Amino acid sequence: MEGQYSDQVMEHFRNPRNVGEIPDADGIGNVGNPVCGDIMRLYIKVDPATETIIDAKFKTFGCGAAIATSSMVTELVKGKTIEEALKVSNHAVAEALGGLPKIKMHCSVLAEQALTGAINDYLKKHGKPVVDKKFKDAH
Amino acid sequence: MRLVYLDNNATTRMREEVLEAMMPYCKDVYGNASSIHRFGRQARVAVDKARQEVASLLGASSPEEIIFTSGGTEADNFAIKGAVHAMRKKGNHIITSSIEHSAVLNSMKALEKDGYKITYLPVDGYGLINPNDVKKAITDSTVLISIMYANNEVGTIEPIEKMGEIAKERGVYFHTDAVQAVGKVTFQAKDLPVDILSMSAHKIYGPKGVGAIYIKKSTKVDTIMHGGHQEMGRRAGTENVPGIVGLGRAAEFAKKEAQEEPKRLCELRDYLYKNIAQAIPDTRLNGEPEKRLPNTLNIGFKYLEGESIMLNMDMEGIAVSTGSACTSGTLEPSHVLTAMGIDAGDAQGSIRFSLGRDNTKKDIDYVLKVLPPIIQRLRDMSPLYEKGK
Ligand SMILES: Cc1ncc(COP(=O)(O)O)c(C=O)c1O
Ligand code: FES
Repeated sequence: MEGQYSDQVMEHFRNPRNVGEIPDADGIGNVGNPVCGDIMRLYIKVDPATETIIDAKFKTFGCGAAIATSSMVTELVKGKTIEEALKVSNHAVAEALGGLPKIKMHCSVLAEQALTGAINDYLKKHGKPVVDKKFKDAH
Repeated sequence: MRLVYLDNNATTRMREEVLEAMMPYCKDVYGNASSIHRFGRQARVAVDKARQEVASLLGASSPEEIIFTSGGTEADNFAIKGAVHAMRKKGNHIITSSIEHSAVLNSMKALEKDGYKITYLPVDGYGLINPNDVKKAITDSTVLISIMYANNEVGTIEPIEKMGEIAKERGVYFHTDAVQAVGKVTFQAKDLPVDILSMSAHKIYGPKGVGAIYIKKSTKVDTIMHGGHQEMGRRAGTENVPGIVGLGRAAEFAKKEAQEEPKRLCELRDYLYKNIAQAIPDTRLNGEPEKRLPNTLNIGFKYLEGESIMLNMDMEGIAVSTGSACTSGTLEPSHVLTAMGIDAGDAQGSIRFSLGRDNTKKDIDYVLKVLPPIIQRLRDMSPLYEKGK
């Protein structure tokens, strides 16, 4: 399995960015993976004036791909507005990592779900309508 | 970087002596063992000698009870499909366990499609099968019982003798997949109530792609590989002479070291476990604590997923394997751990260390140095960990 991971995946797996919690997070996304039972929790800190994500952190119980996609998704959304961040798809995360083995694509879906969950948590807290994204099982 | 191979249940490094023994048969002695001329005769002599070595290692009554195959998988297929085919007039019920290797389980699934009825016996929390369950499962149409000698993932050694006796009383054939047991557990096939037994060369420091099946005299097992008259007409195909010679040589060493080496491995293994359990909180031993292959240690690391542990160890030069769903190819947790009643979350964090003849105390000390920080780093990353703090 490890032979199928790209160098970027291995690099993020080796040195994951943004591991940890944000104690006063503005949004938390907590998702479980129905496929293999793994869990991802993503925290965001949002500047309310500009609706920009100023910090993102994660905790993940999962495989190499799950850790690497968690790391990458937090990197990708930092500095983005909520609206821009919602456009970050699992494919974009996988692509930024130089691709994922097919069987591991669902781990990137988990990352997108965690991000969406964190944003929705933020929106809810601010009395704004949440977004309704449809997630397919693996792609 | 130090390289430490602790995946000997997956496969082993071939012995130098085995490779040396094989070389002439890859080069100069290239005759077909079925040919009558001198080229063929030389190959024949080598194959017969290997057959004797394997018969001696397994404790067969005679070398004719040994038939060479392309490995453990073929031996399992041969044993199961061959035996039930030979017994098809008697019935269509087979008993096996839920923790068999896929070579057995998927043979059973294939037979199920052909109309056979299969009973998959449960195991307890240690992975042990209860012989009474075997007794209860036997019906008048039972034609075969196939239970592994020792499990490849957790190392639990099954009560083969008791189950074999039960089978014998009821006149049912008993097959055991001894691929992991051979070389690690001593037995004499002739004294065991076992009719058919499978083994593989690459688990005992021999070459890959060659194995053997032991079929006790007068046991009816139909051939599943049809063709020429090789292997006493029971398994067709030009013999893999270099492979068979390698298996024979590996068997010779396995027999010679059958007393000392398992003891040495067991001590190293227990040293590894004792120190991991001391240095790392929240671990569990998977498998029977005592009745276990001397080289096998399967540990569950709570709050963690196995692939991430395995990859981290790999980055430090240590090779192990995991029962995690994330590495299984089907994204399902190990069927062995699941059958043992270990919940999916705990199965995720299981790591199998399987030791072999190359491993030294220095290797184990290296693992003990490298592993605790890996576990801590990953736990710090795990959303489940804080709950357990
Ligand atoms: C218990 C058991 N049975 C069968 C096999 C298959 O043997 P082989 O790899 O020689 O086909 C293995 C090896 O993975 C095994 O561990
Ligand atoms: S988290 Fe289980 S396969 Fe990636």
